[in-house]
Amino acid sequence: MAALETKKLCKSFGALTVAENIDFRLEAGARHALIGPNGAGKTTFINMLTGRLPPSSGAVLLGGDDITGLEQPQRVQRGLGRTFQINTLFRNLSVLDNVALGVAERLGVASRMWRPASAYREVRDEALALLDSLGLGADAPQRVLDLPYGKQRLVEIAIALGLKPSVLLLDEPAAGVPSLESARILEVLDRLPADIAILIIEHDMELVFRFAKRITVLVQGQVLCEGTPAEISTDRRVREVYLGEGHG
Amino acid sequence: MDLLRHVRSDVAVGYGGSARLRPLEFLPWIFAIGVYFLAPNYLPLGAYILIMILFALSLDLVLGYGGIVTLGHGAYFGFGAYVAGVLAVRFSGDPLLGLTVAAVAAGLLGLATGAVILRTHALALLMLTLAITSIVFEVASKWTVITGGSDGLHSVPIKPILASFKFDMFGKTAYLYCLAVLLAGWWLVRCVVHSPFGMALAGTRENDARMYAIGAPVYRRRLVAYSLSAALAGVAGALLTHTTQFVGLSVLTFELSGEIVVMLVLGGIRRIYGAFVGPIVFLVARDYLAKQWPEYWTAGIGLLLIFIVMFARGGILGMLDGLVARIGKMKPGGTKA
Repeated sequence: MAALETKKLCKSFGALTVAENIDFRLEAGARHALIGPNGAGKTTFINMLTGRLPPSSGAVLLGGDDITGLEQPQRVQRGLGRTFQINTLFRNLSVLDNVALGVAERLGVASRMWRPASAYREVRDEALALLDSLGLGADAPQRVLDLPYGKQRLVEIAIALGLKPSVLLLDEPAAGVPSLESARILEVLDRLPADIAILIIEHDMELVFRFAKRITVLVQGQVLCEGTPAEISTDRRVREVYLGEGHG
Repeated sequence: MDLLRHVRSDVAVGYGGSARLRPLEFLPWIFAIGVYFLAPNYLPLGAYILIMILFALSLDLVLGYGGIVTLGHGAYFGFGAYVAGVLAVRFSGDPLLGLTVAAVAAGLLGLATGAVILRTHALALLMLTLAITSIVFEVASKWTVITGGSDGLHSVPIKPILASFKFDMFGKTAYLYCLAVLLAGWWLVRCVVHSPFGMALAGTRENDARMYAIGAPVYRRRLVAYSLSAALAGVAGALLTHTTQFVGLSVLTFELSGEIVVMLVLGGIRRIYGAFVGPIVFLVARDYLAKQWPEYWTAGIGLLLIFIVMFARGGILGMLDGLVARIGKMKPGGTKA
């Protein structure tokens, strides 16, 4: 059984079709990359997986269960985590609180109104342990907006990990990070728990080929091909798409 | 620096800090008791200020902490005031019963109206809050049999509190009554904003897209916060009816809804104590200016507000926080501020 699967997923805005019959499987514990030129429909596809955007037709299955009709928070509660291409953080809150908010949701204490948040030691300890494991322990009391950009990207990942997802969607985790710091991000990605199935969307091909064991190429809303990095790098059609048609 | 944290009003507590009472947090209460003994002639004004502080606190919960911009919170304040008045005239003038019924009624109105308006954002939401205030105003104005229409309800019969403390003509009981209810309301708000719920509310204000992505029921939480705040505003309204034995259409005007926002912004939003400082400064200034320049006093309030918005974005407390931060920088590790 796949950790995440789509069946004939379609999305059109009026006459414009941005996703056409996408059949996709993300195996348990996978390291899978989704690549494609700009406008291929990668973001639309991710938004349909997370529930931000309802598909026109087709189905999304998480761990074999049909989640097509579920709202975004319900999908998260069932183990579907994500990060954002553009930092989507609680900028004025501390790094600790950024992660703790998610941990509190997962532990089911986030609606408690009486005792102060700091009395929930289990939430704080878990968030701190997670930050430590990502090398952010010393930054815990800092406000997110005071952090350098590279570290903010790591907080993106930390928040998602606090949800203990079974499936994690990483939307361009190294976007905008200078190459010196992106090594740090790759290092973190390499050490992510093996039991999480990860789908990464990335433009940085070096990162994709180092990280992913499987690659799916999306072009004009359709799956062009899927295979191992070696297969993809030698695929004639992929070269055409990336190097420009007529050159291949 | 640690000592400086004690004097700042905008210290984030969250999951890492301590929500224990800081020494400075006793100051408003010492001040309030001081007023009771030292300024007996000002107790009626004092009681009114305490009521407005409670109202401003309820607004801080939605506007400051929840980030829900409303210009119609007077709807719940006024509704609570009318519920307390009608209850006393028709059924029983017991104050604590009145507070309870007003809280429940205003809370339910908050729940019903919030369920609709919280589906919208920004300007649409703002317009809807105004619309709700107009509707409640119109009902109070036209349903004369119950509300007394434009005459309001006069000489509302209010019984002694707990059947033993009579409301006296000097306003002593009224003042202490308002102070006790404010104390309870303040403790409630303080607990809520520091709780996991309060943190989640802060998260929603900061970035609701991320709140959805961590699995939070954003809409439901905002609705709970809104209803709670409406209930608290209703209690403040009921206090006004109880202490003045009168309720009229003025509690449902746009003017009051706008003024309470001005008071909160003046004191400083999202600081709890901004809701204390704002009404005190605003109402004392109004009382003073209205005596000095009965025709032009509103211009004075206007100037004050322009000054605050231009030079002190966090209100009066924000300005003080800025000063404290500067002192902290001048002598790092300084012990006195």
